[in-house]
Amino acid sequence: MATTVTGTKPLTKTGLGGGSKGRGPNGNGSPKRNGHRDAFFDARSAANRYRIGMWVAMASILMLFTALSSAYIVRAASANDWQPLRMPRVLLLSTALIIVSSITLEFARRKLKAGQQSAHKSLLVLTTLLGLGFLGSQVFAWKELAQQGIYITSNPHSSFFYLLTATHGAHLLGGLAGLGFLTLRSRLRTDDELAATKSQAQTDAVSLYWHFMDVLWIYLFVLLFFWRQV
Amino acid sequence: MSAETHEAVHRHEPPTSFIRKYIFSLDHKVIGIQYIILALVAVIVGMTMSVLMRMNLSWPGTNWPILATLFPGGAPGGVINPEFYLSLVTMHGTIMVFFVLTTAPQGGFGNYFLPIQIGAEDMAFPVLNMLSFWVTLVGFIVILSAIFFSGSASTIGPIGGWTGYAPLSALGQIAGPGQGMGMNLWIISIAIFCVGSLLGALNFITTLLNMRTRGMSLMRMPLTCWAWFTTAVLALLSFPVLLGGGILLLLDRLAGTSFFIPGGLYVSGILSGTTPSFPIHTGGSPILWQHLFWFFGHPEVYIAILPGMGATSHILSTFARKPVFGYRAMVFAIFAIGLLGFFVWGHHMFISGMSPYSAMTFSILTLSIGVPSAVKTFNWLGTLWGARIRFTTPMLFAIGFVSLFVAGGITGLVLGQTSLDLPMHDTYFVLAHFHLVMGVASIFGMFAATYFWFPKMFGRMMSERLGKIHFWITFVGVYCIFVPMHVMGLVGMPRRYAQFTEYTFLSRLHPLVVFVSVVAIITVLTQFIFYFNLIWSIFKGKKAGANPWEATTLEWTTASPPPHDNFAGVLPVVYRGPYEFAVPGAPNDFVMQTEPETETERVGGNGHNGHRH
Repeated sequence: MATTVTGTKPLTKTGLGGGSKGRGPNGNGSPKRNGHRDAFFDARSAANRYRIGMWVAMASILMLFTALSSAYIVRAASANDWQPLRMPRVLLLSTALIIVSSITLEFARRKLKAGQQSAHKSLLVLTTLLGLGFLGSQVFAWKELAQQGIYITSNPHSSFFYLLTATHGAHLLGGLAGLGFLTLRSRLRTDDELAATKSQAQTDAVSLYWHFMDVLWIYLFVLLFFWRQV
Repeated sequence: MSAETHEAVHRHEPPTSFIRKYIFSLDHKVIGIQYIILALVAVIVGMTMSVLMRMNLSWPGTNWPILATLFPGGAPGGVINPEFYLSLVTMHGTIMVFFVLTTAPQGGFGNYFLPIQIGAEDMAFPVLNMLSFWVTLVGFIVILSAIFFSGSASTIGPIGGWTGYAPLSALGQIAGPGQGMGMNLWIISIAIFCVGSLLGALNFITTLLNMRTRGMSLMRMPLTCWAWFTTAVLALLSFPVLLGGGILLLLDRLAGTSFFIPGGLYVSGILSGTTPSFPIHTGGSPILWQHLFWFFGHPEVYIAILPGMGATSHILSTFARKPVFGYRAMVFAIFAIGLLGFFVWGHHMFISGMSPYSAMTFSILTLSIGVPSAVKTFNWLGTLWGARIRFTTPMLFAIGFVSLFVAGGITGLVLGQTSLDLPMHDTYFVLAHFHLVMGVASIFGMFAATYFWFPKMFGRMMSERLGKIHFWITFVGVYCIFVPMHVMGLVGMPRRYAQFTEYTFLSRLHPLVVFVSVVAIITVLTQFIFYFNLIWSIFKGKKAGANPWEATTLEWTTASPPPHDNFAGVLPVVYRGPYEFAVPGAPNDFVMQTEPETETERVGGNGHNGHRH
């Protein structure tokens, strides 16, 4: 991208006031995009922001769970009042459901890319149902513990169990809202190429988030029941 | 965006209804002004509280009849009681740090100028932007409600400092005045504020990465954009940690868990677990709260000051009529400060009894922040070196920022050393240090930004005469307030004490305490000159053109105030770096970023579309 300086006037030297020499390699619409601020470029840039925004949001959610995890590890070591819970068996079902939901959503995303609208839509609905099933299964696990008389105040492990599952569940509700949005939008048929680019980006963003929730749950599951404190 | 943008002027018309235009606005400029107004209101509350505190410190036991009327519980008979004083400390700190130092520099000026400076029509997610302001406002209303529903007649809010240390903050009503409802509201307010800031940070980062105009490469961005971007990254990664800590604290208070409350506590004559009002707690770790809080708290310091650094660099260059000295070094220094800021939180906890080995690690990392800070300081001096400086009000405040940053930062090198911090941590020395560097320096950055960008925001200049009076009184005032406090701290005056009448060894300092209070009251009153100037200039100020300061960046290419879509439908194209002042051979002493490279325009490169001379 080096600029060929054909003139010799000093004015042509860029970079005097700080900043890179030569043409900027980035910035929306760097010169390599053949010079026009065209509509397709606008749409693509508008679409990209959903993916970028989602990565940024995930970084922030990751920090929340990092904070809670470090609290978990510190608290486990800070006193000898930790009584490990017996894992409610239904959590295995939860785990299976959310893994399968991730797979169905990935298929849904690919169907949209391939232009198969109806398959896309039914896979979205299936994913939503699996997500609801996951939440139901989590609530069932809470009930199972409550029946044994284990509540949030019972001991530090149960405090963290309720806290982490609830925080994860609350974030998963956001994912369900995203799925609901995609399902509603898929009812509107568009032949517009730009709108398609945008809706593909939104689907990408939601599925990114959903996979993140999936991996996050597996991590929390391992932390809660397979990580051994000394 | 619609399909007919191709080679066409594509204007976005502003909404016409009052509510959509000024209240629930999606326009980043209106939202930015809303944030600034929020900060301007919050800072009056915070300043009033500091005046009340100074009154109590320097004239203890005096009967102020007006206080008896206003706060019958907190100042019975017109004499401020100690609980009332401590709640003032808490609310002053919380309101100032969150609703002034975090909202004005980032939410306010960042919102208004980041999109314009990178040549975008708006933020990436306008609805989210509106939400982030309204969520923040709800947080402010909740913290104000803590004043009125503090759960104790003798306080105006919770007692705990802005740090809200556990276990005091985690126990609830049993722990005494200021630990009831007010503390719940305090935590809830901060949690709400976290959410608002996170939404804002998400928007800033996405906007900057995604919406830069053609030719606006990262290294052509004004340093303000780098500062806002780094600040957004810090907020994005640190606020979730505070949010997590806040959730745990609230659960300790409301659900009866023991994250931060150790076992066997004996509080207010009651042993934990012997009455229903004080349920059993075991094994919690108060230090855990400190870790979570300060992991957020230290980056928060940079969240407050980095935008001021950005504005200062920008303004120094503009009025020195010289390029910023070492642009690249400035960018890396901003990032280095931000990055290191995540690894030094332990220096707030040297007195918590941490292992000396951890303390040494934190100490070394802390002192290493001196390196990028010095890079910035010397580059600012390098920018000023040999320049024909235009001493406008914004320039005076920017120079004031450099001065205060050095004055406040240098004591950071003192406090960053464990052995020196241990005796000084709970004294006025620390108070003076962080007020100078985090509080006053940041505010000076914002004053500079206000005087500098006011013409762009409202199309009129602020009064230079009033601005200079404001600057000189404030500048001398803050030094007269905070330099004596260093001395007080060295003598051993503890901070957060309501008064020192019982300490004979401090009685000799009393004239100094009175001096500080008198100067503080004068300085606070001076700020009303600024408020007057602000409001008066909106209506009566001298008309400003598009580029009254002869500056180079994109905000000065558009009208003052900018139209709803910032650039009247034609996005600018950027050809050069942000600070091209005094370019040899150029007709003016400044070259706008949109100035093409004359004959080097290449076929197939940028056309002239979007460029306006």
